[in-house]
Amino acid sequence: MKTGARTLIEALQREGVDTIFGYPGGAVLPIYDELYDSSIRHILVRHEQAAAHAADGYARASGRVGVCLATSGPGACNLVTGIATAYMDSIPVVALTGQVPTGLLGNDAFQESDITGITMPVTKHNYLVKSADDLDRMVQEAFYIARTGRPGPVLLDLPKDVTTSMVKSAKPASGTVSLRGYQPTYEGHVRQIDKALALIAGAERPLIYAGGGVVLSGASAELLLFAETAAIPVTTTLMGLGAVPGDHPLSLGMLGMHGTQSANYAVTECDLLIAVGARFDDRVTGKIETFAPNAGVIHIDIDPAEIGKNKTVDVPIVGDVKAVLQALISRMQKHGNTAAWMNRINAWKAQCPPGYRDDDHLRPQYVVRELSDILKGEAVVVSEVGQNQMWTALHYCFKKPRTWITSGGLGTMGYGFPAAIGAHYARPDLPVVDVAGDGSIQMNIQELGTVAHYKIPVKIVILNNMYLGMVRQWQELFYDRRYSYTELPPVDFVRIANAYGVDGLMVDEKADVREALETALATDGPFVLDFRVEREENVYPMVPAGAAINEMIGVRQK
Amino acid sequence: MKPHTLSVLVENRAGVLSRVAGMFSRRGFNIESLAVGTCEEPDMSRITIVVNGNDSVVEQVMKQTNKLIDVIKVSDLTERESVERELALIKVAAEPGTSRAEILQIADIFRAQVVDVGAKTLVLQVAGDTDKIDALEKLLRQYGIKELVRTGKIAILRGSKTVTSSK
Repeated sequence: MKTGARTLIEALQREGVDTIFGYPGGAVLPIYDELYDSSIRHILVRHEQAAAHAADGYARASGRVGVCLATSGPGACNLVTGIATAYMDSIPVVALTGQVPTGLLGNDAFQESDITGITMPVTKHNYLVKSADDLDRMVQEAFYIARTGRPGPVLLDLPKDVTTSMVKSAKPASGTVSLRGYQPTYEGHVRQIDKALALIAGAERPLIYAGGGVVLSGASAELLLFAETAAIPVTTTLMGLGAVPGDHPLSLGMLGMHGTQSANYAVTECDLLIAVGARFDDRVTGKIETFAPNAGVIHIDIDPAEIGKNKTVDVPIVGDVKAVLQALISRMQKHGNTAAWMNRINAWKAQCPPGYRDDDHLRPQYVVRELSDILKGEAVVVSEVGQNQMWTALHYCFKKPRTWITSGGLGTMGYGFPAAIGAHYARPDLPVVDVAGDGSIQMNIQELGTVAHYKIPVKIVILNNMYLGMVRQWQELFYDRRYSYTELPPVDFVRIANAYGVDGLMVDEKADVREALETALATDGPFVLDFRVEREENVYPMVPAGAAINEMIGVRQK
Repeated sequence: MKPHTLSVLVENRAGVLSRVAGMFSRRGFNIESLAVGTCEEPDMSRITIVVNGNDSVVEQVMKQTNKLIDVIKVSDLTERESVERELALIKVAAEPGTSRAEILQIADIFRAQVVDVGAKTLVLQVAGDTDKIDALEKLLRQYGIKELVRTGKIAILRGSKTVTSSK
């Protein structure tokens, strides 16, 4: 006989959980009591939102399921933004929440919230565990659902009497999960694969559009082999950066609203678009009617609901990206020849790499480029959301999958710092850097307490322009420079860091950037760098909302 | 744009209807009619949903519904040979000595049953497709409908074909 809480911990251990990010409270006291002398490491964050983001960052950096834990009511509600962030980017997270005892459910009891109801739209699935006898099986199902198919967050709501009561059956759940309502398709249909190959063989100007699905599926090697064999250039979404090395001759970088000129021109001129684990998001396509207007479309995705959702597809292939790419490679009859097309693309690439004004001012792009030059892709780089995110996407050269962590779909400010904490526990062997803005970092700045507490060596690079920069950019361009509530008064981030016991440095000269970055990276523990950058720098190129993606503004003329 | 009748086989569990209905509302799909009940398998339920939209909207509805873990199977019965029924209970004003006879005659033509006779009212029960119930309702309006209750549509395939769990 053992308690529900004990059963939970054993079930988590069976799933290979080594780290939980959490925050205690009344309804989870029985779980915390079991954690106290368990082999599972628990990281105490300073706000439950950070626990969810840290679990998400852990999952993205490792490829395993991230786990967070919060108490009922406010604790559970504080996880919601983090769960929604993971949902939008298909990240496997299991969120554990305490709940009031089953007898009080629906009673408006102290710290009660209907968290399964609240999170229904932002989870892949969720469970209210009403009996300790169901706990073992439900934990197993939750992890299975989170990591298989199109991954996503799953929440388990655990009433206090369920974790304190005795489990009748001592027999743990069997190793396999079978759910009759959930049977993902992994292998692509052979007939569809051959149809795709016929289109590829007939294309003169093919283009691969690779998304986060390539990273999630662990299919980077297959994607590169496929691209090289068929001689097809690759553009990636924000989520797909790192799926192919950014400096590879076939790489065009990111496409979309802040995509590179070469990528956006290539999409507009291609005659065949091969979407791989991508979902034709509005930030990618711009005006959908003019997105890849001359192209046949092959769409490979494990989620059938993504196919045909935004763009009409000629050859849909439902399946795991890795398995489908393997099949495409093995059934390909001859190598591709796209020399003329590549010449055209290379001309675009030579004319217009992502540019910025490299003068003696301290510009944010310069900071990111120096960081890229020092780290050489051997690091996990996390971002917040806004200009900092786009500058990092455009100016940092990502070379490997799972080394770039950002909130793409939901665009959650305050995501980066706690996600970086999670990434550190997934990849303690790599430096972890959070590129932030002065707005975003203040959304979860309390996590300085966590990094100081555990001496987590996360480096925070604040591109401080004393604005909510991306919103200010839109106000400058589309609202007649009326900077309505986007200016932030100066903050002394170094003193804040110091108050938490974290080292920091303020930099306002371009000449000091490199040394400051090297100092931070050479420091054992966490470090805050406050770069006072050019205040009204914009992210370019930019496609205005609703425009076609080849109608960019701020493009470099040469 | 035309109404599609979907037969959805789901796990018989708490919260399933809320998952399905919530997904419809957050994705902006309009439910014209909804009927839920137990079915031939004790641990499953069947939901019949009528949804309006063009083919691509209905395709999205079906795919998104299928994605829910508790949904076992989704079938579009619209283009297939099926029997569709709704049930209505209609309370009509019928003072003795007035139009009672006429109402009973109409009920007879529509094969509606009188399930309650009150001092001033009759309750008719009618089953049929949407058009038939609409037609009866229209005819009874002149006598004064005091209350009308309609179920959502339910539907079943003709012949030996079934919408059942294949797994």
